[in-house]
Amino acid sequence: MGRHMNAIALKDVDIGYDGTRVVEGVTFTVSKGESFALVGESGSGKSTVLKAICGLAPEWTGDIELLGQPGSHTPNQSLARRCQMVFQDPYGSLHPRKTVDAVLSEPLAIHGLSDRDARVEKVLRDVGLDRRFRFRYPHQMSGGQRQRVAIARALILGPEVMLLDEPTSALDVSVQAEILNLLKRLRRERGLTYLMVTHNLPVVSFLCERMAVMNKGRIVEIAPARTLHDGAFKDPYAQALYAASRSVGRTRDA
Amino acid sequence: MSLLRVQNLSVSFPTPNGRVNVVDDLSFDLGQERLGIVGESGSGKSMTGRAILRLIRAPGRVSGSVIFDGTELTGLSQRQMRAIRGAKISMIMQDPRYSLNPVMNVGAQIEEALSTHERLPRRAMKQRVRDMLEAVRINDPDRVAGMYAHELSGGMGQRVMIAMMLIPRPRLLIADEPTSALDVSVQGDVLRLIDDLVRDNGMGLILISHDLSLVARYCDRILVMNAGRVVESCAASALEHASHPYTRGLLAAVPQMHETRAELPVMDRSQWAGT
Repeated sequence: MGRHMNAIALKDVDIGYDGTRVVEGVTFTVSKGESFALVGESGSGKSTVLKAICGLAPEWTGDIELLGQPGSHTPNQSLARRCQMVFQDPYGSLHPRKTVDAVLSEPLAIHGLSDRDARVEKVLRDVGLDRRFRFRYPHQMSGGQRQRVAIARALILGPEVMLLDEPTSALDVSVQAEILNLLKRLRRERGLTYLMVTHNLPVVSFLCERMAVMNKGRIVEIAPARTLHDGAFKDPYAQALYAASRSVGRTRDA
Repeated sequence: MSLLRVQNLSVSFPTPNGRVNVVDDLSFDLGQERLGIVGESGSGKSMTGRAILRLIRAPGRVSGSVIFDGTELTGLSQRQMRAIRGAKISMIMQDPRYSLNPVMNVGAQIEEALSTHERLPRRAMKQRVRDMLEAVRINDPDRVAGMYAHELSGGMGQRVMIAMMLIPRPRLLIADEPTSALDVSVQGDVLRLIDDLVRDNGMGLILISHDLSLVARYCDRILVMNAGRVVESCAASALEHASHPYTRGLLAAVPQMHETRAELPVMDRSQWAGT
């Protein structure tokens, strides 16, 4: 019973690219309905972990379990429907010559789902996009609108798990606030599980319950997101990362 | 007399519906101080920095007046402008990976920045480069001078950029998002470095960023821009008491380290162009 409460479970996972090991001995679990963050600096391997979970980084060893099924070394269609990814840059992740309608219909066609028209309409409503955006191209939309489309594309298959790779770091703060609110609302309404990669600790504080701090391919500490309130991290690297994040983004003496 | 006086500066670009001012009638004075320009994408903050250095290309058009150290820059020829750029006013760009020359070693690039504006004996030149690398806190200047851009980390690359920009000893530094491409752990170091160098050399600084709290920390005065206009101008220390709804909206929208709000406040965008 206990193991099926986990949406994602990794045990001693090593991941490499072309024989070079970039992630070592990663172990963590994400319960169903939980929102979990992987934080760390560039090159710490956090995005690589996401890729391995959805089969985009095939060179891994160890145990990955996703929604009760063993992880696969290639993208897997039945798992794809239940586990979807949202990428960082909405300028890069949407096909420039496909309309929103085409982008959203494609996953439905791939997975043989019917009633496409109604599903597209519904998902656009869910992510807060007006119907008039349905036949637009990415270049006719702002960054925030594009990220809503990217979220809608992930959401349209009705996944249980969403892998979010820096979902707001390419956006302006006011747009970031809208997207974060949207992600929070969707999770609440649909009982989604989030695994989010980010370097932005305040975003973790807003959206997540637990976090794993990564450094040089290893997890150095797993802590509740509440730790960000007082900074009581045990690991020296996690402490340093916390201190750096505080000092950069803080007004004097505030 | 102020170091830089910008008056009624406008930058416009053609669109299918006529010319649009991306910077709209902007005026400010800058002394030997640190001025922050904050705004979201499209607010015109970067265009302001570029317009000062006359880096706006056609079909963009600039009008208004930019007086630097008593000289009207808008009337200068390109040749005269080249004597100003780098030597008197320098600019640090966002991402060192794209702004450094990939096939020239670091030492040669810094040296070029200096030799373009000053004639020095070879040995003195080397010494200046070495001193500059030390000033940007690179521990092993001789080794780093022989390295290429791809061998540098982001933080190191940005230090090299700063060295290049400051070696001709300019009077004004424009830093356009100098740390947005860097990891948080090095952002602070780079900003403190810029801060120290600017103060020690009595320079003026224009720090352009989308990050309000960062600008508040490293500047004396702040201009908040939206849609090409300054909506608020205040002392950095008074930012928390900012009165304009746009500034307040921006401040409130940033998630906090000790976040307890169930939802972040969002701005009503109906008054300016859609999401």
